[in-house]
Amino acid sequence: MRFVRRFTRTERTLHWVNAAGFFLLLATGLILYLPRLSVLVGRRPLIKDVHLWGGIGWISALALVVLLGDRRGVLRTARDLEVLEPSRFNVGQKVNALLNAAFALLFLVTGLLLWFGERDTTFRFTSTVLVHDILMYAALTLLVGHLYLAVIHPATRHSLRGMTRGTVREDWARRHYPRWTPPPAD
Amino acid sequence: MENSSPKKYGRGLFLATLFGGVTSIAWGRPVWNRFNGALAGVEALVPLVPHGWRIYSVADMMPTFEPATWRLAIDGLVQQKLALSYEELRALPSAHQVTDFHCVTGWTVRNVHWKGVRLSEIFDRARPFPEAHALQFVSAELPYLDYLTLQQSQLKDVMLAYEMDGKPLTREHGAPLRLVIPEMYGYKGVKWLNRINLVPQAGDGYWEVLGYDRDAWVGHSNGYGA
Repeated sequence: MRFVRRFTRTERTLHWVNAAGFFLLLATGLILYLPRLSVLVGRRPLIKDVHLWGGIGWISALALVVLLGDRRGVLRTARDLEVLEPSRFNVGQKVNALLNAAFALLFLVTGLLLWFGERDTTFRFTSTVLVHDILMYAALTLLVGHLYLAVIHPATRHSLRGMTRGTVREDWARRHYPRWTPPPAD
Repeated sequence: MENSSPKKYGRGLFLATLFGGVTSIAWGRPVWNRFNGALAGVEALVPLVPHGWRIYSVADMMPTFEPATWRLAIDGLVQQKLALSYEELRALPSAHQVTDFHCVTGWTVRNVHWKGVRLSEIFDRARPFPEAHALQFVSAELPYLDYLTLQQSQLKDVMLAYEMDGKPLTREHGAPLRLVIPEMYGYKGVKWLNRINLVPQAGDGYWEVLGYDRDAWVGHSNGYGA
């Protein structure tokens, strides 16, 4: 069986750092947000600190991976995402990636406003907490679809290997990405 | 021009999402409130989703209510110090009110049914000295406390509430007793209330030490409606 290179090491690191950060923030965020979980867990000051510094850590880690990694490759991928036509990725994957990138920035902006707003009324707006919550529901919806296609759906779940080991089967790649010319696996 | 280059709809989508998200900090709440009626049914279908309430606490554990040992202490500048048990508190003449609850972070819960005791019932029994001009409300969730001036505490819908929406106050809402003052933001409404000290003047409460306004009038404090 022949394999082709699907994701570079930088891309995979970026993906898993993003995933780890997202789950940490989702878990701590839900504890802060859902009354039943708040009661069950308690320790709100600690959870709040983990959530706030976790958010800073999440964005910083993503920036660091790009800075220390294959910057040119990331830029090339970003340029590819700008055009909503099938190429190395299909349109659904591109929309998912673009929305997640925008959501991450919006999470950061609204999160910082909530954080600073607690100390300084200049940063306090009645809509911030609402926008932060709606972002969570939107991101969660994308995540459910993403997990289904990457882990459960038989036709597409081979793609997970691309994100763990970096390579996928050549015939699978041809079938799913006919307009992509994959580089061979080394 | 770039006639031959492919259209960058992806970039458009990214920037539009970003633009919509950032500007919604200005228009999100009014638009949401418009459609809220339609969404109320959906919310009820998802049992986990909070129905308007968010639970804030400042200590590691929310206080637990022990009916046998719980007391509401009335102390400070009073002629008669009190230590009311839960039974004694429930035996006092009760009042009922339906009021809106506003949080300083922007959310509101409409038409909350409260049942509890008016402060006048407490004053009748404790008889504050004339030099008492403020009340210090102390939570079992230390170090949370807050103050009202005597004048503020005499607004007609200020209440020591032990029931919310027809049921005894739940733990996350401050069981067994919380202060309710609908004219002010929720941080003034001390939860897990177990001590009221009559003092010469108001001081800074938990959030006020961190920069919130002492007089937390809804719509006219903390940077709103300035």
